Amino acid sequence: MSGAAPDSTAAPSRALDLSQLSVRELNAALHEAEDGRWEVLDPVGKHAIAAGLDAELEVEIAGNVGYYCAGMNKRATVRVKGNCGVGVAENIMSGKVAIEGDASQAAGASGHGGLLVIEGNAAARCGISLKGADIVVRGSIGHMSAFMAQRGRIVVCGDAGAALGDSIYEARIYVRGEVAGLGADCVAKEMRPEHLEELAELLAEAGIEDAQPAEFSRYGSARRLYNFNVDDAGEY
Amino acid sequence: MSTENGNTRPGWRDGLRESATFDRATIHEIQRAAREGIYDIRGGGAKRHVPSFDDLLLLGASVSRYPLEGYRERCDTDVVLGDRHAKKPLELDIPVTIAGMSFGALSAPAKEALGRGASEMGTSTTTGDGGMTPEERGHSETLVYQLLPSRYGMNPDDLRRADAIEVVVGQGAKPGGGGMLLGQKISDRVAEMRDLPTGIDQRSACRHPDWTGPDDLEIKIEELREITDWEKPIFVKVGATRPYYDVALAVKAGADVVVLDGMQGGTAATQEVFIEHVGIPTLAAIPPAVQALIELGVHRKVQLVVSGGIRNGADVAKALALGADAVSIGVAALVAIGDNAPELDDEYAKIGSASGFYDDWHEGRDPAGIFTQDDDLAARFDAELGGRRLANYLRTVVLETQTLARACGKSRVQNLEPEDLVALTVEAAAMARVPLAGTNWIPGTEAR
Repeated sequence: MSGAAPDSTAAPSRALDLSQLSVRELNAALHEAEDGRWEVLDPVGKHAIAAGLDAELEVEIAGNVGYYCAGMNKRATVRVKGNCGVGVAENIMSGKVAIEGDASQAAGASGHGGLLVIEGNAAARCGISLKGADIVVRGSIGHMSAFMAQRGRIVVCGDAGAALGDSIYEARIYVRGEVAGLGADCVAKEMRPEHLEELAELLAEAGIEDAQPAEFSRYGSARRLYNFNVDDAGEY
Repeated sequence: MSTENGNTRPGWRDGLRESATFDRATIHEIQRAAREGIYDIRGGGAKRHVPSFDDLLLLGASVSRYPLEGYRERCDTDVVLGDRHAKKPLELDIPVTIAGMSFGALSAPAKEALGRGASEMGTSTTTGDGGMTPEERGHSETLVYQLLPSRYGMNPDDLRRADAIEVVVGQGAKPGGGGMLLGQKISDRVAEMRDLPTGIDQRSACRHPDWTGPDDLEIKIEELREITDWEKPIFVKVGATRPYYDVALAVKAGADVVVLDGMQGGTAATQEVFIEHVGIPTLAAIPPAVQALIELGVHRKVQLVVSGGIRNGADVAKALALGADAVSIGVAALVAIGDNAPELDDEYAKIGSASGFYDDWHEGRDPAGIFTQDDDLAARFDAELGGRRLANYLRTVVLETQTLARACGKSRVQNLEPEDLVALTVEAAAMARVPLAGTNWIPGTEAR
């Protein structure tokens, strides 16, 4: 995994200015590109910026973005120098997406692979339906995060909202701060050495140096609801 | 079995009177629920009688209109789906498509057969809640890829490999409900495609994880278009509940095609109470949907695909006459490829069912090898033969549709119109918004 910030010693980036180009023209240019560094100017909250990338690109977006920025990202590294709307890096497959500000709901929803780093806070449903991607949040996350999360890891350096990990499958959640409440079938679990090790790796990949793995608690599935039993109906 | 007084029901004897309220099926279900403590789950669509296309009749041509010669004059069946915004709309030879059904619910060879049959007839098939399999893509000339709330197997490569994308909001058998695939069918391959452990019950969410409501949907569709460079038609599929509003909102959100699935539409597995009591019949759903399209000025520009209980060319002709551009079939296609085949009657009996009745599709024990992930059972199914049978069935349905359209004087099946229809019952007349046969009365509207 490459670092979060584009290498300043590399070739100069090419600028794509959304005050001059449509999102369609921007994405068409990024879809055609095979590599290189790109800077997106004046995003002003537009939707689907840098969606569907599938190349070793480094894309830096200079400002706030709307919904689905870097949606279904593959291989590319995307950095947003601002806040982002709903569903940033939804269904991310690989590569890295980093947000310098806060993220709205459903950040990293159903992500299959790759890494999403949110340096601010993430709103509700962060990592919902997660399928293998990793999400690291320097701040806190909202309610119903990791709902039905199947695979992957979510690291929260701040607090987690209510109903964390509701109906979770095999995803693992690490929270440093307070958890307002756990959802159905989500329980606190022992931090074994392998968990401390993977957490240290995730924090390092996210560039977070001021949090220690030992400060976190681990949460995951109790696996009591994996096969329906009428006696558990009240749990849902 | 007694045949006295015409009563042929097993177990009937003189002097016995069955309750209309607590009939044998009802009593059996109460007893089962009391024993097991959980609702009944089954596959298929609504089994109850609801007003349907059978309650409509077509008016053949006579003095006021002239028919087309059945064996000579052209009656076109091709249809283009999704030319509103997409660079590459679907161009189908027939207006009958294969509905979304998942690999997981169905075996891989069954999906292959659907692709083979559909491709032979120049129509599309559709993935389901389990992602796209190579068998399906490889044997489907035109494949619609579903974006479902679960997002199982969702990936941008398959989005780009697809010929169209269908955003599934709901389905007719269970509008407002999610899906369920019991552990018996979560084989290693299914589990891997869905990123789940093998053998656990899999729940499919009822809502999409990253959008809520029509304004979000519009942005979601924009994202899908961006990811696929505006090439693919975007379908939005809704279960029939409030079709006027749902269709209008789907159009507003940017759909190229709206798929409207009535309550007779099948599912692989859902609670019986859901199947029978939620949603509205296909017949009742079409007119409000068409009204919404007409009012928005997009009828025939945003295509309407109707599904739910389509069985034959008469159903197709009537759906088109009410304003649909095409129909989609699921259960009928499965029957065509071998589901509920009478030659398997002994094997259905072993699992407590009978051919013509088997609907425990979720249990994975289908002797036909269709609703299973058991390798031995799936190996019984001949995908090539299944594909041929589906093509035969589709060919028959299309010939029937053309026969009826020509009789109404139409040189294209989509030229059928509401004026070609009358209703046999007051209910059907009100729902379909066509006159009761022999009258000019359309209940709920001014006489025309």
